Amino acid sequence: MAYRLGVDVGGTFTDLILVKEESGDTFSAKVPSTPEDSSIGVFNGISKVCAEAGIDPKDITHVMHGTTVATNTVLTGTGANVGLVTTKGYRQVLQIARSFVPGGLGGWVIYNKSLPLAPLGLTIEADERMSAGGEIVDEVNDAQVREELTKLKDKGIEALTVCLINAFANDANEKRIAELAAEVMPDIPVSLSSEVVPEMQEYERAITTVANSYVRPRVEKYMQNLQTELSDKMENVQLHVLRSDGGLASSAAAKSYPVNLLMSGPAGGVTGAVWIAGQSGYKNLLTLDMGGTSTDVALVQDGVAQLRRETTVGDVTVRASSVDVRTVGAGGGSIAHVPELTKALRVGPQSAGAAPGPAAYNKGGTEPTVTDANVMLGYMPQSVRLGGDMEIRKDLAEQALQSVADGLDLSVQRAAEGVYDIVNENMFGALRLVSVEQGYDPRDFALIAFGGAGPLHANALGKLMNSWPVLIPPGPGVLCAYGDATTRVRDEASRTFIRRFSQTSTEEVATIFEDLAKTAAQTLIDEGVPEEEQVAGYEVDIRYQGQGLLLTISVDLDELRKTGLEAIGKRFDDQHEQLFTFALDAEQEVVNLRAVVQGKSAEVKAMTLEDGGADPSAAVIGKETIHVEGSDQEANIYDRSKLKAGNQIAGPAIVMEMDSTTLILPGHTGSVDKVGMILINPNE
Amino acid sequence: MPAKLIQANETPFNRVDVDPIALDIIENALKNARYEMDTVLFRTAMSPGIREQHDEFPMIANVEGKMVVGQFGSFIHGFKEAFNGTIEEGDVFLTNDPYACNGAVSHINDWLVLVPVFKDHRLIAWAAMFGHMTDVGGKVPGSLPTDARQIYEEGIRVPVTKIFKKGELQEEILELVLYNCRLPHWNRSDFNAIIAACRTAEKRCVEIAERFGDDIFYSAMDELLERNKRAMAQLIKNTVPEEKQYFEDYICDDGLGMGPYRIKCAMWREGDKVKFDFEGTDPQSISSINFYLNEEMFKMFCGVYMIMVFDPQIMFNDGFYDLMEVNIPAGTLLKPMEPAALSCRTHALGRIFDVLGGLLGQGSPDFLCAAGFSDSPHFMYSGYDKNGEWYQLYQIGFGGVPGKPSGDGPDGHSLWPSFTNVPNEFLESYFPLRIDVYETLPDSGGAGLHRGGNALRIGYRFLEPGEISIHDDRWLTYPWGVNGGHPGQRSQKILVRTDGTEELCESKCDRLHVNAGDLLYFDTWGGGGWGDPLVRPTDKVAFDVDAGLVTVDGARNNYGVVINEDGTVDEDATTALRAQMSSDRGDTKLFDKGFESVDELKARCEADTGLKAPQQPRFETWVDVQRQRVAG
Repeated sequence: MAYRLGVDVGGTFTDLILVKEESGDTFSAKVPSTPEDSSIGVFNGISKVCAEAGIDPKDITHVMHGTTVATNTVLTGTGANVGLVTTKGYRQVLQIARSFVPGGLGGWVIYNKSLPLAPLGLTIEADERMSAGGEIVDEVNDAQVREELTKLKDKGIEALTVCLINAFANDANEKRIAELAAEVMPDIPVSLSSEVVPEMQEYERAITTVANSYVRPRVEKYMQNLQTELSDKMENVQLHVLRSDGGLASSAAAKSYPVNLLMSGPAGGVTGAVWIAGQSGYKNLLTLDMGGTSTDVALVQDGVAQLRRETTVGDVTVRASSVDVRTVGAGGGSIAHVPELTKALRVGPQSAGAAPGPAAYNKGGTEPTVTDANVMLGYMPQSVRLGGDMEIRKDLAEQALQSVADGLDLSVQRAAEGVYDIVNENMFGALRLVSVEQGYDPRDFALIAFGGAGPLHANALGKLMNSWPVLIPPGPGVLCAYGDATTRVRDEASRTFIRRFSQTSTEEVATIFEDLAKTAAQTLIDEGVPEEEQVAGYEVDIRYQGQGLLLTISVDLDELRKTGLEAIGKRFDDQHEQLFTFALDAEQEVVNLRAVVQGKSAEVKAMTLEDGGADPSAAVIGKETIHVEGSDQEANIYDRSKLKAGNQIAGPAIVMEMDSTTLILPGHTGSVDKVGMILINPNE
Repeated sequence: MPAKLIQANETPFNRVDVDPIALDIIENALKNARYEMDTVLFRTAMSPGIREQHDEFPMIANVEGKMVVGQFGSFIHGFKEAFNGTIEEGDVFLTNDPYACNGAVSHINDWLVLVPVFKDHRLIAWAAMFGHMTDVGGKVPGSLPTDARQIYEEGIRVPVTKIFKKGELQEEILELVLYNCRLPHWNRSDFNAIIAACRTAEKRCVEIAERFGDDIFYSAMDELLERNKRAMAQLIKNTVPEEKQYFEDYICDDGLGMGPYRIKCAMWREGDKVKFDFEGTDPQSISSINFYLNEEMFKMFCGVYMIMVFDPQIMFNDGFYDLMEVNIPAGTLLKPMEPAALSCRTHALGRIFDVLGGLLGQGSPDFLCAAGFSDSPHFMYSGYDKNGEWYQLYQIGFGGVPGKPSGDGPDGHSLWPSFTNVPNEFLESYFPLRIDVYETLPDSGGAGLHRGGNALRIGYRFLEPGEISIHDDRWLTYPWGVNGGHPGQRSQKILVRTDGTEELCESKCDRLHVNAGDLLYFDTWGGGGWGDPLVRPTDKVAFDVDAGLVTVDGARNNYGVVINEDGTVDEDATTALRAQMSSDRGDTKLFDKGFESVDELKARCEADTGLKAPQQPRFETWVDVQRQRVAG
């Protein structure tokens, strides 16, 4: 009997989902996380979930796991000492970057640039040159490069990056330098820009490849340890890691190209949301993942999360595909303040984080946060506590909010409502970025909210966006574990191929697609996915010749051969018109070609609730006076674990579970469906 | 006669109380709409100038035309004064003539689009945007002729024109304009992109008004302007002294061998109001370096600068305009009389920020920034490639950001909002050239406790014969340092011919012929230093030396830091050297302009720069005659 296991390591809880391959039946477990060594929590969880299912851990064949190791390495600045090799004349490529200074007119006055990920002191120039057309202008000067590499080695670099000008067009010189590096420093991992991201734009390629090198040693070590420990307890287990684009990578691929893991965490949430919402019958989604310091939003159309050819972590932005998650600095810990001169109410981006945390948590925080506003308004009742050991102190929340109230000359309650409204507005802005600004009408989408704080704000955001129903899935941690367990193995291969339509042919493009698909398919075969279980998809990035924008058009290879490039050009025109209200009478240009190969998707059945009729009163565990929409109202408090399928919860109401609280507003009703999802809709 | 508004719905707006939370939400929503304008534009524009470098400025204004969100302040008032027609639903206005819109745009490459936003047949707001077109015709590719004497030489001028009338595009007018440009498909697509961006703002304004109600929307915009005014009044009171402050700076030359040109400004406070007077600024140039400076735009520059320096939390808009009075005498470099040429105004535009920084900072040296906002150098390269196709590149260069109270200035970065460089691989793919060198020049940033950013060197290797233009400045005068900081290095341009001979290029020149294989080193300026370099922490100096941003000699001569062969600091030698340098130097200067007098600077010009010193500027008499007529 074969089982697969999805594991999500959160700040507080580690969630696990065990799936029986044959039937798709699932078992879940929740155990406390062990931050000092997260594998302890993971193995506690494995014991627990296996006991529940009555199986031997040896029956687990695949472990799927979203990881924040790469992300945290960048955020905490604890990556490797990276050496960089550039073309002569380009040593400062990271120092100059795109010359961009954020902050608008005069923004330079307060802008202090952070240091490059590969220090200039560890950057060397190679005597070589490639042309933009891919012809070798100057061969690599072996002697010169050997000498420079030796210097880098002596400086104690831990990883090496090679990013040469125009390497996207021809990788020969980068390959040669990799050979030299293998002689000079055989133990140092080497990342080549032509392998990590063979696309035009030297800065973006350099920073992406350097980021790969930067996180590589730590990711390698983490994966190694996890794999070793897993293998101790299970035989022949394969470890997979969730990539930023929502696909799965083998541990080998993850170790070589860890830059693809920078958004692994958020991708797990979105993937899980897609799956669980699918169980409830919704495929067009706006996802809202609100945590302590920030909120991630994404758009899902027809069950597929929108991808973006860019990943941002902290102040590092790299060219790597990721689920198009936009992040705003608005979370439960975001601090509210009223600047002296303007008397405007601002919320975030400063956050009280986990320490000292919101004032109401009584861990030393004194500044007013979004959580304090929620407590003040009664949305996080102090009278009822479930499982978690968090104490909630309304008096401390009130004290903290007093400064905001004084600044605005309003009552504390009104100020708290203001904080709640403003933070909603900030998230509303992010949701608009992924929807209206991309030409999507939010009324065609359901809003699914998760993360510790998401369900408190979801109903209000549904009203702002006019996106119904608002979906509150059971258990935010479980959601990510579901995401891990239900994704497919995926790999993509891409190539920059800049040609006007008139300079290439349908056949030439189709042939390149086939070559790319072979490359990606081989990766999957290496990961144990047989060819017959693979599905290949094709994408082409197109623009009007001379334009900066690239639109990605998905391509069916047979269709392409039948209807030719012109049909793709027409689809590009249509999409351009939908997004920007006009199309141009200009020649189109192919820029990047990409093949995406995926394994088959797993059959997973959701856990179901028994039917309990419309009346939810059996789940009521208390009452609370809450301040909502300008007045005090009585709200029932429900225990989510006691809700049954078919229950109808009239707002205002609060639904509590171990790691999250849901607010249902007056004039709205939450219905519980068979998979335990709460669907909030406005009353007619 | 000013413009006349015609609207089917004449219902007046009611000024109502806006709940403070709703006010913040509306401000946020307007801000989002303004950023959305950028997004739409960048994604659909075609010229690298707009698309990659972001040479464009969006704005949303209230019903009276006061900017509520944006960058350069509103120009709608000026437009309404200058335009003799009607404003009706469905109209969209286009102009590029500085003389027709009181300097809302300052050269004709900038195309300005204005969209009056109507809801229920009533004007509720304005959306506007201008962007720099790579070419608008005229005597040279790029339409920025250094030697132009009149605006007629600089390309096609479009007076304020309804390019959409009642929602209909006036195609014949657009075609007529495009017919006069060298790269009409770029202009067309950039124009479309600007329109699309303004339409986005239009849509968002209507949505916000629908969500909150028209009266709340109207009142909120008013209240946001007032909120800004209250904050700025406080700021002005706290930071601008009543005693007159003076500052002057220079444009090095006019491209005709004359210079430098003086820009002089006085600033003082009377009660709540701050006053600026540009009396003493040189008369207008006979070449194209004139900068038609709109007073309102100057107020915005000033307000933004104050906000950034003193309190970046304040959202800026037009609300504070009543708190400032600006006098720019007619017939000067900053208020030239028609038909003076204007295309190369970029140097004076940049220099205004240095003047502002010097003026505002001298009262509170802790907030003073060094100079560096000196220019926005241009490089142009055009000709026919081997396939017989016309190519034309217009590129904006960057340099050293000045040292500032908050820290070092970045190396080779932009001082303009949201500007970015063009990827060199992009240039090499689309133009017949290779970029052999792309680096910043060690020691070019002014030394200081906070180092000025280094100048940028771009080595252009030309692969086809063609013509180039260079437009730069600060080759004669220096980006000055402050509070003991040193000036930054000046700019220079060296053309290395295939036979190895080197030619120094003038800082401003057009139609310089280049051959395949020639190499141009385009070196910009370094930012001035901030604070005493002799107290810069030695580990920072050593770090810069290791990074190759400061040389070992530079560390010794400018910072008094002695670097050992292994890259470490010789602390004892450093302490001794710093003590010696400190006593030799005496007190630090508030401003270090790098010269004693213009005469002294000119006297050493050729020895310093290899270029002949410019002659005393000649001015034209018709300007005086007309000016007297205007005055009398």
